[in-house]
Amino acid sequence: MEVLREGAGELLGWMDPDEARRWMVEEKSRGLEDKRMPLREAVERFTKDGDYFAMGGFGHIRVSMAAIYEMIRQGRRNLKIAAKTAVHDVDILIGGEVVDTVECAYAFGHELRGLSPTGRRAAEGGRVKVVAEISNAGFQWRFKAAAMGLPFLPARVMLGTDTLRYSSAKVVKDPFTGKPLCLLPACYPDFAFIHVHRCDRYGNCQVDGTIMEDGELSMAAKRLIITTEEIVDEEEIRGAPDRTVIPHFLVDAVCEVPYGSHPGNMPGLYYSDEEHMAEWLRLSRTEEGVEEYMDRYVHSVEEFSEYVELVGGGEKMEYLRKLEYLQVPLEAPWRR
Amino acid sequence: MGEEGLALEYNATELMACVASRVLEDGKSVFVGTGLPIIATMLAQRLHAPELLIVFEAGGLGPKLPTIPISVGDSRTFYKSVMAASMDYVMGMAQQGLVDYGFLGAAQIDRYGNLNTTVIGEHGSPKVRLPGSGGANDVGSLCTRTIILMRHDKLRFMNKLDFLTTPGYLTGPGAREEAGLPAGTGPHRVITQLGVMGFDEETKEMRLLSVHPGVTREQVQENTSFKLHMQGEIAVTDEPTPEELRLLREEIDPAGIVIGR
Repeated sequence: MEVLREGAGELLGWMDPDEARRWMVEEKSRGLEDKRMPLREAVERFTKDGDYFAMGGFGHIRVSMAAIYEMIRQGRRNLKIAAKTAVHDVDILIGGEVVDTVECAYAFGHELRGLSPTGRRAAEGGRVKVVAEISNAGFQWRFKAAAMGLPFLPARVMLGTDTLRYSSAKVVKDPFTGKPLCLLPACYPDFAFIHVHRCDRYGNCQVDGTIMEDGELSMAAKRLIITTEEIVDEEEIRGAPDRTVIPHFLVDAVCEVPYGSHPGNMPGLYYSDEEHMAEWLRLSRTEEGVEEYMDRYVHSVEEFSEYVELVGGGEKMEYLRKLEYLQVPLEAPWRR
Repeated sequence: MGEEGLALEYNATELMACVASRVLEDGKSVFVGTGLPIIATMLAQRLHAPELLIVFEAGGLGPKLPTIPISVGDSRTFYKSVMAASMDYVMGMAQQGLVDYGFLGAAQIDRYGNLNTTVIGEHGSPKVRLPGSGGANDVGSLCTRTIILMRHDKLRFMNKLDFLTTPGYLTGPGAREEAGLPAGTGPHRVITQLGVMGFDEETKEMRLLSVHPGVTREQVQENTSFKLHMQGEIAVTDEPTPEELRLLREEIDPAGIVIGR
């Protein structure tokens, strides 16, 4: 195939498909093993400084925030994030000085809430480097290429734009049509955290609602840590196998962390905590404010359950459940 | 307040929501982002387009939106939907041609409807770092017709973008196809606080279609760095109806999160 153009962005997370196969052969156990462990241990064992990683979920929905807080607490440094619609996660990881490199589909913003002061300050000041741009579908299909064991996947996005020029993709002449076609390189993150509604001790997972990119991401990640609202009996999984979206053999660790997506949304369980988001957006306008937030919510606690108490405990969680079920009106304190 | 009195009082955001909603046709599909696009789409669904298929990039398909979602992935985006799918599924649909309209916003736009949501200044040393493409490049590449909602001023309507995030007509007629983008796709409308623009059939350059009530065509040009086509008759945009305003304020966005009341 004739290569017409090449993006100048850094190629992160790519492997030759034979190298990737070797990883799958040697590192992913097919057996049913009890993978339960405390989140602290999973973060210690499966994440290391300098890794390239992705978070499951989307935006502030069903993201393993508990893992984010734990990485900050453990002082991980120089991580590179696959910012596939990364919102609050990448924001506090930058604030917590964990992430210094971004491959960016979407970062530095909070969707309807506006731009993120911390992310912007770091990117504009040079503390955080964006080494490649990409689109959401671009990331999605980078993971899909990996999930299919292919070196790349063709797509008709990014063509003709600076997004492509600053990406790690290439444009070739399609041998079938003769038209230019974008090739997205496979993406195998060193690790990924995915937060789910329930799974068994082996890591067979169910998710309620949209699966976003997690089907492909779970197959692409070299190490996959599941955080879950609850661990259920194996029989519950086997009684409804059509509901399993991530099977055990992809999973390296299972950590039970109720409310683990807070302050984000967990579909069917709790809506996002806009009061907490507003507090972060307000505090993160200054470096001192970021420090105050980290002291209050990350470093003052040893684990996520203490954080849940700190942000309002059972009463707050009940309010967020009602909000999820449209029983109380949504407030948007970040507007003021 | 009488109905007439109510119709006279509205803000620019409300007008833009009404204008955008009227572009959407019943029985078509639309890829929706947060904020104003959602408001416009909810309005269309409640008025003339009950069978409008709403598509969210995180996988929500055909929801009955009960209230404004904060994210294009939150649980509202698949509330009473026909399917809670995945991003792969939805982006594949758009690439197949199943998504008729797509909404976009931007910090900068040029005469061909190309958009910047990535960076103001140099990419390596940004003056303002913006969020990036997100799903915008995908929407602009794959949806049949895109509708762009943004503020209109000279710094935003520019001759040359700092960064071309999302393709409009690129460098003019035939350029999208030449780049490999799906044939017959591209920007359809640009809706701002001043008026409604489309694109010239021949040159693919932006042209003024209507000015909002109280706005002159000169004012629109003064707020645009490039020369706008404005041959022929320029209409005046229809004002919001009392029913549109009532729905926006009472049902769709009672807290004023997007419309700002």
